[in-house]
Amino acid sequence: MDVELILKVYPYFLKAAWITVELSVLTTVLGLICGALGAAARLSRFAIVRFLGAAYVSVFRGTPALIQLFLLYFGGPQIGIQLDAFCAGVIGLGLNIGAYMTETMRGAIISVDEGQGEAARTLGLSRAQSFRKVVLPQAMRLMIRPLGVNINAQIKGTALVSAISVVELTYTAQRYIGSTYKPFEMFFLAGILYLAIITITGKGVAYLDRRVRLQ
Amino acid sequence: MGLDFSVIPPFYGTLALGVLWTIAITAASAVLSFFGGILLAVVALYGPLVVRLPFRFVAWLFMGTPLLLQLFLIYFGLAQIGVDLPAFVAGVIGLGFHYAVYNSELIQTAMVAVDKGQMEAARTLGLSRRQALMRVIVPQAVRDVLPPIGNNMIALLKDSALVSVIGVSELTLSAQLAIGRTYRPFEFYAAAAVLYYVINLGMEAVLRGFEKRNRLSR
Repeated sequence: MDVELILKVYPYFLKAAWITVELSVLTTVLGLICGALGAAARLSRFAIVRFLGAAYVSVFRGTPALIQLFLLYFGGPQIGIQLDAFCAGVIGLGLNIGAYMTETMRGAIISVDEGQGEAARTLGLSRAQSFRKVVLPQAMRLMIRPLGVNINAQIKGTALVSAISVVELTYTAQRYIGSTYKPFEMFFLAGILYLAIITITGKGVAYLDRRVRLQ
Repeated sequence: MGLDFSVIPPFYGTLALGVLWTIAITAASAVLSFFGGILLAVVALYGPLVVRLPFRFVAWLFMGTPLLLQLFLIYFGLAQIGVDLPAFVAGVIGLGFHYAVYNSELIQTAMVAVDKGQMEAARTLGLSRRQALMRVIVPQAVRDVLPPIGNNMIALLKDSALVSVIGVSELTLSAQLAIGRTYRPFEFYAAAAVLYYVINLGMEAVLRGFEKRNRLSR
């Protein structure tokens, strides 16, 4: 282990880790929005909307995220979508993880006892009210932990944007592996930073999960 | 520049070869991850402490870092210590080991859940500890987690696209090859996406078949 080298390059890794954090946060936000919309579509009263939701999930979960990213970034200009690499990364990864989150959210919503919605309707709440005030709060508690699993996968997924040359952690590690021929040191350095990001996020999710359970 | 899908037919051969390599690398990695997962699970639960702790550490490291980073480590790292592997082999090792760690977590949980009486009964019948593990405990545990292992294999298929970055000429790299000649990224990435989707559907059908047979055999 070449400690001297690690000490020399770690500031660059820290800077890159910050980009990874930014990517992760933006992607998670976009993913949650897509997931909520997707879950709403999949549970809609209208068959056509349900079909669109199902198609979204099937296409984005049925093809590699890397291909989706390439299609958006390299293929986008051909159909008039010109994005810089960072934006393409956030949008591509967000749409991808959104498909997984759709299923997580839908799963949580349908596993709330049917009687709850029925009881609310019987008591005179409208369809929207009974969903918002009775079903959703219960579903929220169920979905936090599995959404945490999605987010964990998504943080590691941000490594893919190195392939469209966003200078994040994996790109930086790859570049230094190429220039220093010290793959183990660079892996160690980037690995620690990824583990730190994932561990902190995991703790945050666990905290949130505990709080909603206490209520 | 509009879209023109007529650029694809001349590259049918290239894409078909890519599909074959994608299936080959997925199959090889899936087999490695399956048996590797069993081995890792047994060692993690029953190995001596000096083996168990480093194993746990490596598993933790591999579950918390991106696969892409691990592929770079294996491809360039092995070259550094003098093992010069073809990209395909490095890809199989990287993908296979990554998913072996995930499979091992599933199998460990299932092994712990197998009734204690099973081990005692097997020992009473004269099987050695190792025999009891491999012939009684592991088969029951693995059977219980076949569906989630199947999900991992589907994820593995999609992650096989990543080995294109270390130069394995599977579907993604084949598409890139065609793009390099035609400058038509949208058409070829879309074609690759469709092909991945079809392979995915085929693989899901095969796994469903396995699961059904497995349920019937109980």
